[in-house]
Amino acid sequence: MTQQLVLYPLLLQMFLSILLMFCWRKISWQRVISIVGSIINVGVSIWLFSYIWENGTQIVMAGNWKPPFGIIFVADTLSATLVLLTAISGLAVSSFSSASVVAARLKFGYFPIFHFLLLGLNGAFLTGDIFNLYVWFEIIIISSFVLITLGGEKAQLEGSVKYFTLNILASMIFLTAIAVLYGLTGSLNMADLALKVAAIENRGLVEITAILFLVAFGIKAAVFPLYFWLPDSYHTPPSAVAAIFGGLLTKVGVYALIRVFTLIFVGDHFIENIILIMAVLTLFSGGLGALVQNNLRKVFSYLIICHIGYMIAGLGLFTEVAIAGTIFYLIHDIIVKTNLFMVSGLIFRIRGTNSIRNLGGLYADFPKLSLLIAIPLFSLVGIPPLSGFWPKISLIIAGFESERWWVVAAIIFASLITLIVIAKVWASVVWKEKKELPVRLNFRYFDKLKTIRKAQMIAPMIFLSLVSLYIGFGAEHIQQVSSRVAGELIDNEQYIEAVLGKEQIIDHEE
Amino acid sequence: MKTIILRTASTYLLPVLLLFSIFILLRGHYSPGGGFVGGLIASIAFVLHSFARGLDNTKDLLKIHPGFLMPVGLALAFLAGVTPVIFFDQPYMTGLWYPEHLPVLGSLGTALFFDLGVYLVVVGVTLTIIFTISESA
Repeated sequence: MTQQLVLYPLLLQMFLSILLMFCWRKISWQRVISIVGSIINVGVSIWLFSYIWENGTQIVMAGNWKPPFGIIFVADTLSATLVLLTAISGLAVSSFSSASVVAARLKFGYFPIFHFLLLGLNGAFLTGDIFNLYVWFEIIIISSFVLITLGGEKAQLEGSVKYFTLNILASMIFLTAIAVLYGLTGSLNMADLALKVAAIENRGLVEITAILFLVAFGIKAAVFPLYFWLPDSYHTPPSAVAAIFGGLLTKVGVYALIRVFTLIFVGDHFIENIILIMAVLTLFSGGLGALVQNNLRKVFSYLIICHIGYMIAGLGLFTEVAIAGTIFYLIHDIIVKTNLFMVSGLIFRIRGTNSIRNLGGLYADFPKLSLLIAIPLFSLVGIPPLSGFWPKISLIIAGFESERWWVVAAIIFASLITLIVIAKVWASVVWKEKKELPVRLNFRYFDKLKTIRKAQMIAPMIFLSLVSLYIGFGAEHIQQVSSRVAGELIDNEQYIEAVLGKEQIIDHEE
Repeated sequence: MKTIILRTASTYLLPVLLLFSIFILLRGHYSPGGGFVGGLIASIAFVLHSFARGLDNTKDLLKIHPGFLMPVGLALAFLAGVTPVIFFDQPYMTGLWYPEHLPVLGSLGTALFFDLGVYLVVVGVTLTIIFTISESA
């Protein structure tokens, strides 16, 4: 049973999407299947995580072909953690979208595509083969194209054209990079590549390949010069879609960066410095962008960019403490960003607009709901002891230790800007006096919804807020996970040995 | 397009093309061919039929909506993949083979069912796209 455990999250998502395709026209069935399936998925992911936690890295050889020739799936602690986080946000968004996405959109296969997207995410986290990673990326972007255009509003199509163009470009660059790497080494297995790339003498060529990977994943992760598609597209689709995009899609880029630059291209100071500079500029530009926006969802989109900077900074510093900070931030960020986009969706349903200038008086009307919203907002800022606080300590310590003061300065500056932005959002959306807005006809306002739909919207927010609170108050446990992941990533021989076995590594050295 | 030559020819071409697509599907395990190409040829057969006889006639011929073939094909391919996991505790997608040699088919294994799934998905997708375009045109 447990031998194939690594693949269960993948197989479950695939099964769910096929099942949902059979119920194409029966939307009420789809809602139930999606939510129940997502709950099972959380269970399976917890099982996988606890198994990996106790027994270390596990691999499955697809089709029983031995590495480095066949495609393998590797679950180390990082992959298992991310699969678990995907399952948690997947459950939340599944419940949220069954209430908030209108039936006209659900009719065109929203739920099957949503589960295909989760399948792609799980696959990208679990695969140990770089070309297979590309294939999972394709599954992710094709599903996300459908989700982002579903409904076909004008603004949506405009956003999706930008999203489409840059993501296809990124995929092309990624594919080119894989081709160059394959030309250099003759292998696609990531563990095998780690050994072969280290042995190449022409370092210039390796550096160029590394830069190609950096650009490709940089576009996906939305780092400094390559992020323009993100704030232009993330505010257009329904907020449930934006929640899964904001929570997970950019994080796949970050995951790929972490994987490639801790396993294959290691110890190159030139690349590390480039990553650091990109991180610092991302922190600045994302933060400043968020400051001037008026649309609530655009504010959150810029904050995504800003906070990607923290994770990249940890990767650039490349010490065990810094990587632990990156992983902790990743864990915190996935949960909080998913929650925030759902919050913006809820506010949109309540007031009929997302413009900060016109919003207001939320506390007067919904005091309990406002307190609930406060949790993700202030977790994002990282007011101690909420979840955003702890990873920044690790990052700042790592910055001090490596004496890169400018990185520390940028991290503190970005925290300050996030604080200002969130304070502004809080003051004007929750505290400011209510403005009379024109009532929109044919709009499903929150109070007009059935009680079960209301519960389906609020429950995932409570769920994710509790997870956020746990990350904040149970920081010791999360820190334990992050340090273990960081240890595994820095000492990558463990990964290589788990994939290839001892004999092949010795063969290489001879 | 509804010339008598095309209409007469399409009556004979449809079964021939379908047979050819199955031939391509079956030879695909070792030689060029396989589910994807086979599926394309099968959908060409139906598209040709719809050109000659009109879309409604082709739909009558098909009985089911081609979109329904997508989940069926996916399910078939998925089952071919998970059978070794469920029954033999082998990794996903491991090829399982029937030990006896069968006439016409050669060796029978899970790979054939996977390819058959691909075949159905390709037919479903292609026909759905083409029918939708020609309906709205």
